[in-house]
Amino acid sequence: MSDDGFASIEARLGLSRRTFLQFCAGMAATMGLPKSAEAAIANAIMAKRRPPVIWLHFAECTGCTESLLVSEHPTIDKLILEIISLDYHETLFAGAGHQADAARKASMEANKGKYVLVVEGAIPAKDNGIYCKVGGKTAVEILHECAKDAAAVIALGSCASWGGMPATGPNPTGCVGVSDLWHQLVVNIPGCPPNPYNFLSTVVHYITYGNLPALDKEGRPKFAYSRLVHENCERRPHFDAGRFAQEFGDSGHRSGWCLYKLGCKGPETYANCPSILFGDAGSGSWPVGTGHPCIGCTQKGIGFEKPIHALANIQFVTPPASYPRIVEQQGNGVTIASAAVVAGVAGLAIGASAAMASNLGKGSKPEDPADGEE
Amino acid sequence: MPLTRRNFIMRSASSGAAALCAVTAPSASAEVREEKTMPPKALGLLFDATLCIGCKSCVTACREANHTHPEFSTEDHLWDTPLDLSADTLTVIKAYSQGEGVNKDQEENGYEFIKKSCLHCVDPSCVSVCPVTAMTKDPDTGVVSYNPNNCIGCRYCVAACPFGVPRFEYKEAVPRLRKCELCKERRAVGEIPACAEVCPTGATLFGTVKELSAEAARRHQLTPGERTVFPRKTLEANDVHEKPAPHYVKETYGSTQVGGTQVQLLSGVPFDKLGYPDLPEKSFVSTSESIQHTIYKGMIAPAVLFGCFLLRTRRSAKHDENDDDDQQGGK
Amino acid sequence: MRMKQLGGPYVTKTTAIAATMVGILGILVVVRLFFGLRTVSNLNDGVTWGLWLAYDVVAGTAIACGGYSVALVVYILNKGQYHPLVRPAVLASMFGYALGGFSVLVDISRWWNFWHILWPSYFNLNSVLIEVALCISAYSTILILEFAPAVVERVVEWTGYRGGQLHAITLKIEKILNKVIFVLIAVGITLPTMHQSSLGTMLIPLGNFINPLWQTPILPLLFLLTALSTGYGVVMLEATLVSDRFSRPSEAGILAGLSRYMMVVVGLFLVIRWSDLIYRDKLHYLLSSGGLTFAFGVENLLYLTPLILLWPKHRRVGPRYQFIAAICILSGSIFYRMDSYLIAYHRAGWHYFPSVSELLITFGMIAVEVLGYTLIVKFFPILEIESVHHVSPVLAGK
Repeated sequence: MSDDGFASIEARLGLSRRTFLQFCAGMAATMGLPKSAEAAIANAIMAKRRPPVIWLHFAECTGCTESLLVSEHPTIDKLILEIISLDYHETLFAGAGHQADAARKASMEANKGKYVLVVEGAIPAKDNGIYCKVGGKTAVEILHECAKDAAAVIALGSCASWGGMPATGPNPTGCVGVSDLWHQLVVNIPGCPPNPYNFLSTVVHYITYGNLPALDKEGRPKFAYSRLVHENCERRPHFDAGRFAQEFGDSGHRSGWCLYKLGCKGPETYANCPSILFGDAGSGSWPVGTGHPCIGCTQKGIGFEKPIHALANIQFVTPPASYPRIVEQQGNGVTIASAAVVAGVAGLAIGASAAMASNLGKGSKPEDPADGEE
Repeated sequence: MPLTRRNFIMRSASSGAAALCAVTAPSASAEVREEKTMPPKALGLLFDATLCIGCKSCVTACREANHTHPEFSTEDHLWDTPLDLSADTLTVIKAYSQGEGVNKDQEENGYEFIKKSCLHCVDPSCVSVCPVTAMTKDPDTGVVSYNPNNCIGCRYCVAACPFGVPRFEYKEAVPRLRKCELCKERRAVGEIPACAEVCPTGATLFGTVKELSAEAARRHQLTPGERTVFPRKTLEANDVHEKPAPHYVKETYGSTQVGGTQVQLLSGVPFDKLGYPDLPEKSFVSTSESIQHTIYKGMIAPAVLFGCFLLRTRRSAKHDENDDDDQQGGK
Repeated sequence: MRMKQLGGPYVTKTTAIAATMVGILGILVVVRLFFGLRTVSNLNDGVTWGLWLAYDVVAGTAIACGGYSVALVVYILNKGQYHPLVRPAVLASMFGYALGGFSVLVDISRWWNFWHILWPSYFNLNSVLIEVALCISAYSTILILEFAPAVVERVVEWTGYRGGQLHAITLKIEKILNKVIFVLIAVGITLPTMHQSSLGTMLIPLGNFINPLWQTPILPLLFLLTALSTGYGVVMLEATLVSDRFSRPSEAGILAGLSRYMMVVVGLFLVIRWSDLIYRDKLHYLLSSGGLTFAFGVENLLYLTPLILLWPKHRRVGPRYQFIAAICILSGSIFYRMDSYLIAYHRAGWHYFPSVSELLITFGMIAVEVLGYTLIVKFFPILEIESVHHVSPVLAGK
């Protein structure tokens, strides 16, 4: 990394060398990459390779875009908009209508096989997809058209990953996630909204190394979605010690105790919320930290499906904070029933023997001794 | 022959004496059976209770390695809370606590964590008492293993183990016995037992008994407070940490008890308070085996006894026949 | 002497009740087969040998030593006057051992592998249990064979009415059996000597878990003596009961003689046991064993009582004290063996008391014995033909 490189970064992005390197270090840490990755990221950004990005919106609330926009690291929105070439984004575009559409088509044509497709929102698939149309085309058609020549497809948010909130029963429009319609590799970044850094890190990984980070079998980046919320939750010691909030506002709740009994889905939800939190606002800035049980928004079958206050299934049962003593009382001792049976039978036996013994005594003369002995 | 009091007493006394000799002599000369020694490549564990922090990763790792299920002893089935070893729990961490329970590894007002699992004895009671060779001791590594195909489910091993290790599945229609076998499957692919692998403080170390005994001896030599290096996983893993040496009870448990064990323990609290009782050097099964071998060696004694009986019954039976014929002739 | 079947109605109050209990036993065994030990018992890892092994097998086979004890007296000591006691004793023994074996099958949980104890490639000759298992299996077979003459006699009688080939064949079988039976008898005395003593040796590996008042290296001798004494006791009990219930003349005459052998064996047991405790300096455990001291006391009292009761000759010859003494001996042995195997065996923190199902299975086993014995003496020639004895007015009235 030359001084020229840093100078050009400063000119291009308005960042001092120090701030820039901090950003690269932060990115590397979020992805769980080793220290050497910092340099690789810095180099990649300096190299001015700006992969074009086509960003589609379908059945969504735009929350994912919003969360990205409020990510706080220095002018990160500008950084990303400079690092990537955002060629189509309905929320952020100045243009509209056929003009915007034309821009999209032009970028796709010019960057065939090289652009990254980001999809935000679920896709209504019922009745040939007529329930969502943009510019006269159904969402399904647009997806296929754009995904065809994309270098990578990223489904951002739970809606795009597996259907999300729009797919909650009865799901009248048949909303589904991207992978249900596009059967090639899709990177899913679920969440409602997902932590923006999960998305940003994936993109930076792609820029740096030219490939996507390691994904699990649901297509989620492992650095963010390989652990349960329950495994990293700061209230876990309360769970292990059996301290639960029973009602909102009770003393346990106000003491910050575990929210399992209020329906926290942490034990069955894979996400990194307790590790990197939200909004860069400091510790406790995530649902559980504020005192509300996790609703499992990243997890298909849990989020927007299982009732918020229904108890979660513990995926991996682990030992608690308590210990068995050296000698524990175990085994079933005497019960009233078994004692009664024994007493009854014993009584019967003793009684019968006594009766018999006394009867034998009556009216029998002792035998002639000569009979019994030789 | 008329039975006089004299005859009666004489006969009873002599037969009684004979019976007495026949059965007590072998019990008295119970040195007949040879002593068992540590196999040359004996594998084992060294558990240092002063290093154990009670994290129970070993319990969790053991479950994963042996595919056992969590045990619930609380009303909410939220945690894995085994109270003791069982058919589903092959190792367990128990806590000793006395008084205020604030001094780690001390007897008075103290607390300590102790691990319970198969000690892989040099002279295993379970191997000796099993009638159908379902329990065997590997001649090289000395690991005691269970073979369910032989087992008849008599549970003599459960009754006889001095440490209460083998546990049985009472709730199954096709039950089996379970106990630690030092992660047979993992060792087969060059890995070490799961408990040693995950222990964060090196409280559980895996290795040959020879090297682990030497390590235990080294620790006994240390002055309490002296900074020293403690290995993790195995002695060769080059994964170490440093801390002051604790005060140890001057005994490595398993060095002599019932002939010695391959899993040995160090502690700051006396072992009898930790559920590891004081046991004699001579194992109980060496006594029973001596008695059996003496009485039944070559089946000589039973054969002699049978021979004597045969002679007598033949005479009696002939006597009977003659009687019968007389009676039938008479009637 | 000649034996004859008792005859009489097969369905009586006794057999009806016994049959019901046997039915319950059947149901519980099926449940146990399909759902595991825990459903029908309270057996656990702290007390893994419970009521079935301690009573049905260990105490039960001692009670089944009637054949052994009587055979010893009749065929080894050559006291022919006790011969009438042999067949009924063998029958009771056959049942006792068969039920002991069946109880083992109910208890051992991998029962489909039970044949391993008969197949040499599986044997571990260091184990006491393999010897006990083999011996008991062999002895059970011998008992069935010893019982065979009674069956054959009945068949001979039955075919005798029809005459011809079948009768000739059965006569021949009877003749062969009578020729070889002395071998069976000799084996039938050797085997119990071996395994009854080994039942004691089986406790030695249990070491310190058994209270020192019971744990000793001379357990084999003590168990052998209790087996013998119990054998005499059960013969006396059974003879008295049969005379009473089936309105037959009393056998108190010959029982008086038999009781002397019983007293010698019991006396030896008490002397040896206490000498051993004193020699190994274990008497102080009487002070520190809590409830177990009481159990110890009961055992010894139950064994001592018959000695005191039957010492004076005039009491020895009457059925009443014989009966009481027999009950005492049986109870004493049951206590001694159950104490050794179960009550004096303790692992810290573990509790055990038989569950209701467990108790019902045991009582069912006893019911099988009562039912079977009753039906068999009515159908097969087991009991001696009534000879010229005066019949007591009381017994005649029953």
